[in-house]
Amino acid sequence: MARIAGVDLPRQKRAEIALTYIYGIGRARALAILAQANVEPGKKVEELSEEEVNRIRQVIESQGGVEGDLRKEIAVNVKRLIEIGSYRGLRHRRSLPVRGQRTHTNARTRKGPRKGTIANKKKATAKT
Amino acid sequence: MARSVKKGPFVDAHLLRRIAEMNQRNEKKVYKTWSRRSTVLPEFVGHTIAVHNGRKFIPVYVTENMVGHKLGEFSPTRTFKGHQVKAAAEKTTAPAPAPR
Repeated sequence: MARIAGVDLPRQKRAEIALTYIYGIGRARALAILAQANVEPGKKVEELSEEEVNRIRQVIESQGGVEGDLRKEIAVNVKRLIEIGSYRGLRHRRSLPVRGQRTHTNARTRKGPRKGTIANKKKATAKT
Repeated sequence: MARSVKKGPFVDAHLLRRIAEMNQRNEKKVYKTWSRRSTVLPEFVGHTIAVHNGRKFIPVYVTENMVGHKLGEFSPTRTFKGHQVKAAAEKTTAPAPAPR
């Protein structure tokens, strides 16, 4: 039904929550958009009239910075950091945390699932 | 927190002076500096600046994209390249056996 900024169509949720399904829109921005479009934040998506949906769509389109465009922008920024050979680019290349966080523990978001547990290590050394 | 715009970008005075001199005389010499904290200004573009990393000077050729970053960002201070992965370990042990 309500299709805004490409592929997103959450239903049965309050408008302020539903909008956060769009990449680049969080709670704060959702509320700001709804205020500008003059739509009640608490209204369910299925209750929104066609006209209200259009108003929301217009506001988002005028602001930009969502979905594909935003992803592209971020990718370009990261690419730039990598190309100029900066420390931050290096961290991106290694997919390690970029902003000085510790990596002794944690940092799982950047590093991905744990690999090389103690059990695995024993297996690896036994083979060689 | 970002630096106040009012103050302008920070550059060590000696570095700025040398670059200005070189720009005036239109020469491009590698300039050694310890001033990792200095911001790269548009004036630096095209110069090669050797930035100290605590051990040696890393030559940094300044391009337009680097403007606004600090010199230290281009001169890594750590050498850690990651732990040896199994496949890589086999390769490296052949020419230089790792001490057990």
